[in-house]
Amino acid sequence: MNADLDKQLNVFETKINEDINIEPRDWMPDDYRKHLIRQISQHAHSEVIGMQPEGNWISRAPSLRSKKILLAKIQDEGGHGLYLYSAAETLGISRDEMLHQLHEGKAKYSSIFNYPTLTWADIGAIGWLVDGAAIVNQVSLQKTSYGPYARAMVRICKEESFHQRQGYEIMTKMMQGTKDQQAMAQDAMNRWWWPSLMMFGPHDSDSPNTGNAMKWKIKRQSNDILRQKFIDKTVQQAHLIGLSIPDNKLKWNEDKKSYDHGEINWDEFIRVINGDGPCNKQRMKHHIKAHQEGEWVRKAAIAYQLKRKELINQ
Amino acid sequence: MTEEIKDTQWPLWEVFIQSNPGLPYKHAGSVHGSDKEIAMQNARDTYTRRNEGTSIWIVPSNSIVASNPSDSDMFFEPSNDKIYRHPTFYVMPEGALNI
Repeated sequence: MNADLDKQLNVFETKINEDINIEPRDWMPDDYRKHLIRQISQHAHSEVIGMQPEGNWISRAPSLRSKKILLAKIQDEGGHGLYLYSAAETLGISRDEMLHQLHEGKAKYSSIFNYPTLTWADIGAIGWLVDGAAIVNQVSLQKTSYGPYARAMVRICKEESFHQRQGYEIMTKMMQGTKDQQAMAQDAMNRWWWPSLMMFGPHDSDSPNTGNAMKWKIKRQSNDILRQKFIDKTVQQAHLIGLSIPDNKLKWNEDKKSYDHGEINWDEFIRVINGDGPCNKQRMKHHIKAHQEGEWVRKAAIAYQLKRKELINQ
Repeated sequence: MTEEIKDTQWPLWEVFIQSNPGLPYKHAGSVHGSDKEIAMQNARDTYTRRNEGTSIWIVPSNSIVASNPSDSDMFFEPSNDKIYRHPTFYVMPEGALNI
C-alpha cells in the first residue's frame, strides 16, 4: 500500500518537475488538491463579486457606447467566474459547496472588490489598474501546473486585455477633459492605486501559502515579483496621460532597472480581508439575495425538464 | 409538480467547440444546464462570446467514458514497439524521388 503511494507521489513529482500538466483524473497529493480548490474557488468568487462595483454604474454610464462596453465587460467577468468554477469542479467540489463556502465566509474573494465605486472615473481605474494587476497575475498562472486551471487562464488572459484597454481609455478621456474631470480621474487613481498593489498579497517573507504553491508550480512567480512587474508597467502609462502616482517614495532605481516604492498599508489589507472594508457586508448581502431570489428559476427549469421527460415516456 | 426539488445548480455538461468548418472539435470546458437547450445556450454565452466557434457539441459529463491515467503506461505501451507503423522505419534506395 505504502509502496503504491510512494510510486504515485513519484510519478506526480516527476510530472511537476518536467512541466507536464496534472489532469483531473491523475493522482495528486491531498494538499495539492486542497490548495487548488481554495485558490481556484477564491479566484472564481473574485470574478463574480467583482461584477458588483461595476454593475453600480451600468444605469449611469455617460454614453450608449460606454454602457455597451461596460455591459460586455461585466458579462465577461461572469464568464470568467464560470470558467474557474468549472475548473474547480474537476477537483471534486460541487458548485453548490463553493457557493456555501462563500456565503458562510469560509471562502474569500479578492479584497479589492470591497471598495466602493464613487464616480465614473472609478470604472476607468478598475479596468486599467485592477484588471491590469489581475492580468500580471493571470499571465503568470497560464503556466500553472493544473491543466484545467491553466486552460481557463489562457482564455481569461485573452479577454482581460480588452478590459484593461477600455479602462485606460476612460482615464485618458477624462484627463483630456475639464479640470473637474481631471480631478475626478486623479481622485480615482489615488483611491485605487494602493488597493491594486495589495491584490498581489503579502510580501514574500510574510506569505504563508507560497512554499508549497511554488514547489508544486501552482504559483509560478512570487507576490513581490508580480507586484513589481505591475508597478513598472503602470507608472509610464499614468505619467503619459498626466496622472500622478500617490506614492511620494516612488523612484526609478537605475541599478535594478525598476521602481522603488513606499510601504503598503498592511493593516488596511488585513482589516479589509477580515471583513471590515467599506463594502464587505453589502457585497455578500447582495450575492446571497441574488442567489436566493434565483432559486425558483433553478427549480422551475428542473421541474420543466422532468415534466418533458414524462411526456416523452408516454 | 408536487415533488420537492432541493436547491440545485443543474447537471454538468462538457462543451466542445469547432473553431472553423473542417477542424476537429476541441474541449472548451463545462457548463451547468437543466436541459440540453439551456445547456447549449449557456455554452454559447460562456465559451463563444468572441467568434471562437462555428459549431458546438455538448455532452452530459457523466456520459463521458475516460481511460484510467494509472493504466496509461500499459494501455498505450503497445504502440511503442511497432515502429514499423512509422514511415521512417523503411529504408529507401538512394536516388528515389517523391517518396
